[in-house]
Amino acid sequence: MAFIPHTEADVAAMLAALGVARIEDLFDEIPPELRLKSLAGVPEALNEMEIGRLMSERARADGIALSFLGAGAYEHHIPAAVWAITTRGEFYSAYTPYQAEASQGTLQLIYEFQTMMARLTGMEVANASMYDGASATAEAALMAVRSNRKSKSARILVPLTLHPHYRRVAVATAANQGLRFEELPYSTQEGVISAAALAPYEAEDITALIIPQPNFFGRLEDVDALTDWAHARGILVIAVVNPTALALLKPPGEWGARGADIAVGEGQPLGVPLSSGGPYFGFMTTRMEYVRQMPGRIVGRTLDAAGKQGFTLTLQAREQHIRRAKATSNICTNQGLLMTAATIYLSLLGPQGLMRTAAAAHARTRELTAALTRVPAVRLAFAGPCFHEAVLQLDRPVVPVLKALASRGILGGLDLSTYYPELGNALLVCATETKTSADIDRYRSVLNETLQGVRAA
Amino acid sequence: MSNLPADLKYTKSHEWVRTLADGTVEIGITDHAQHALGDLVFVEVPDAGRVVKADEPCAVVESVKAASDVYAPIAGEITAGNPKLAAEPEVVNADPYGEGWLMRLKPAPGALAAAALLSAAQYQQVLDSEGD
Amino acid sequence: MPVPEKVIFEYSRPGRGAIDQWPHETAPAALADLPAKLRRTHPPELPEVGELEAVRHFTRLSQLNFSIDTHFYPLGSCTMKYNPKACNQYAMLPEFLARHPLAPESHGQGVLACLYELQEMLKAVSGMEGVALSPMAGAHGEFAGVAMIRAYHRARGDLKRNEIIVPEAAHGTNPATATMCGCVVREIPVTSSGDVDLEALRSAVGPQTAGIMLTNPSTLGVFERRILEVARIVHDAGGLLYYDGANLNAILGMARPGDMGFDVIHMNLHKTFSTPHGGGGPGAGAVGVGARLLPFLPIPVVGREGERYRWLTEVDMPQSIGRLSAFMGNAGVLLRAYIYMRLLGREGMRQVGEFATLNANYLSKRLQDAGFEAAYPQRRASHEFIVTLRRQARDLNVTAMDFAKRLLDYGFHAPTTYFPLLVPECLLIEPTETENKDTLDAFVTAMSAIQKEAEQEPGRVTSAPHTMPVRRLDDVRAARQLDLKWKPTAQP
Repeated sequence: MAFIPHTEADVAAMLAALGVARIEDLFDEIPPELRLKSLAGVPEALNEMEIGRLMSERARADGIALSFLGAGAYEHHIPAAVWAITTRGEFYSAYTPYQAEASQGTLQLIYEFQTMMARLTGMEVANASMYDGASATAEAALMAVRSNRKSKSARILVPLTLHPHYRRVAVATAANQGLRFEELPYSTQEGVISAAALAPYEAEDITALIIPQPNFFGRLEDVDALTDWAHARGILVIAVVNPTALALLKPPGEWGARGADIAVGEGQPLGVPLSSGGPYFGFMTTRMEYVRQMPGRIVGRTLDAAGKQGFTLTLQAREQHIRRAKATSNICTNQGLLMTAATIYLSLLGPQGLMRTAAAAHARTRELTAALTRVPAVRLAFAGPCFHEAVLQLDRPVVPVLKALASRGILGGLDLSTYYPELGNALLVCATETKTSADIDRYRSVLNETLQGVRAA
Repeated sequence: MSNLPADLKYTKSHEWVRTLADGTVEIGITDHAQHALGDLVFVEVPDAGRVVKADEPCAVVESVKAASDVYAPIAGEITAGNPKLAAEPEVVNADPYGEGWLMRLKPAPGALAAAALLSAAQYQQVLDSEGD
Repeated sequence: MPVPEKVIFEYSRPGRGAIDQWPHETAPAALADLPAKLRRTHPPELPEVGELEAVRHFTRLSQLNFSIDTHFYPLGSCTMKYNPKACNQYAMLPEFLARHPLAPESHGQGVLACLYELQEMLKAVSGMEGVALSPMAGAHGEFAGVAMIRAYHRARGDLKRNEIIVPEAAHGTNPATATMCGCVVREIPVTSSGDVDLEALRSAVGPQTAGIMLTNPSTLGVFERRILEVARIVHDAGGLLYYDGANLNAILGMARPGDMGFDVIHMNLHKTFSTPHGGGGPGAGAVGVGARLLPFLPIPVVGREGERYRWLTEVDMPQSIGRLSAFMGNAGVLLRAYIYMRLLGREGMRQVGEFATLNANYLSKRLQDAGFEAAYPQRRASHEFIVTLRRQARDLNVTAMDFAKRLLDYGFHAPTTYFPLLVPECLLIEPTETENKDTLDAFVTAMSAIQKEAEQEPGRVTSAPHTMPVRRLDDVRAARQLDLKWKPTAQP
């Protein structure tokens, strides 16, 4: 079924109007050796009932486990109203709002989203979103190079406490434009950027410093000291932040004496389901002085010909469809649907709902680590404060333990040994407001049994 | 038909050049260029002290439909960018040869003499061949 | 006509909102371990509204939009075909939504099977040897494609090849992408019949050529007739061919880019494969490659070993251009594309190409019969075609933009305007295959009516739209007086 509404009579009338005998005649400009007889490799059509059945079987096969995974994607309760409204046809099947008069719904929503993200991050202006947190980080690095007039080096300091995938995406995206990403070591005792790590760069020409908060281990970095250190040396500060955490933690606009210069992050925690990793959305906010260097779409409020308020895409001259080879980026999209969900989510939660969600996530994680470290083979890796995620160390390799847990319906966390071998048998665990005390106790109990069953190294 | 003061020099990329009494030159974009761009919303001018080569892009003029580079017609050192344009970019549209000047530059030794600038008549030919 | 909404913050009142909905832990003790200097000093300034207020506000906002579900949307180059509800429903099964990206493969064989089969079907329709699904939008796929071309040349030690050839009619993302990949752009002209100028191409290629980026059918709405010759010229010079898949809908099931000589392609799943446009995204820009570029595909890619599926990563593909997404791209979008392709099946793909082309040719003919000027009347339309309103602009002072705005009053979303830049005062019109003949005829009637107004009462057209929630917006003011976030107005 190809959703084609034409009747035979329609087709006949149309062919007659065109003066051709068959639809195939309309393809006569394509060289005959290129025309396909039939499409091998594509199965026959299924009807809706059949595909529904297949998808349901596959979904059932995957099931839903009790998950304590975080590492850049977080399970939060999504109020029913969020997707009921987001999947309305007028939002779902609308295009990019280039014809502003026919898109005031989408445009106003983006304006509200920009306002919320600017406020949440404590920055002056936001764009209409980017593909995801990792690509937003890469774009922030490129933006810093364009914006930092005092620095010519295009060297970006990247802590190893930034999500490993984000670091890889940054290199894959920006290395071809001459950016050099230099890794900052961290303290394996503390789980944060070590002060000593900055020492070699005291007098160097560095364009930007990336600061994650919380970092990949859930640990809290000393953002004020890092920000001030960077600014004293003409280095721009790129904050990579978790939006739920921002309900309780000091926002990047208030870091240090002057605040961060660019703030980005993954917006998925705000009303977007985990969905095997996407679609998500990245957010980006900055100071007004850099707004023309910010990639992506931006909506502005203006007046119409009758003096009434309205919304439109603005600052488009920076974008690919006008500037072409000199564009700030080639980005041609924003994650419209996800940004819609996030705006509705934030409106439903409000400040109280978001703060309580964040506080509950924090409390549940503390409860989780307390419970799990009661098991003899398990200890907390880092003593210092962390937010809604933590690193545990086992007395034996993590992978077989996780496998055993998985067979009992529990996804225990992320094995860190491939990313951070220096941390030994390390496991990153997360508990949000969606976990109950019973869930946590179940994890502890199954872990206990598993460790008795699985041999120590 | 656009406005073309005879006492100025021009470039193929639609800049004009005026020699000032003190030997510096003043640079802007032509009436044709401002008309093609439409209402300007933003202008970025170079900082004083910046040294530029001939044909180096050193300013940006932005309208809702386009953002265009402005090229230094000759090599030299920027002595000033027009400070009025940050708040009032529309001055370039209203008075492209007067108040809408973009920048002033001290030419590098010999640069002005060596530069292949166009007269008003030659620039008009360029416009005619581009087709209006 | 709906009354425009206030901004959500204007409905906010302290204490509104259902506090009891949210978890109860606000006790200071729960947060005692967080150092004070890292804490917020004041709550975030989000709106405080009740659920009904929020629902009403956002529902009413949605009603201010045109959408495929409500209006004919003939945007050239965007492929605004119907987004089947079944694709949404089955992609949003709870198990698919709940799955964490880092969950083990043992708990993801269902979704991995869908993604693997999607890779296989995309290979089949494009005529390519390998497909990667992680690029998150068309432009992102373009980036991956050009990056792979660059990686290929560098792997062969051919470091001088850094030039990408782009026809002057190309979509703006093409040169922007080339620059992002550290390449230099060289533009070549197209002929008056809409084909790439082969002489210019021959002069442009050389040892510095990394590749050429083409769309076929091109952005002018016509098939690049000598594509095999173009491919030969570029390949003989040592360059590779990149296919921008924006116009794949025209030839789906009828011809394959791989057979034309393309080495790498990106496909816009949100165009050809009907995933939702969502007000601007999310898209998905899957890339396909021929054998030469297989090692360079971005990771992760779904692999199969016997009956088991797993992710292939940098370990399996050491020459990969790397990771472009934090996880595995827009999985939810990919599932929608999968469901759509299964609904289409082999015959359905072909019907898409056939009927998209039939609709475009029919609409083009009827508009020409009604007196409108097609840009390439001597050519077959592909799935889209260009009408130029330069006569109307010159003789009546009514522009393509004016027609576009007046069409809104007639209940049609405007076609794409002013792209491609080569054709003055143009409308790029793509009806897609899911529109019926009556809709196409109604569109012609509306265009004829607007033409008549342009002749007799031009003010009505140049000041359009009249019936939308807002009149024409002042975008100069929007760019000069930047108002990019809401602020409360000062109380008198």
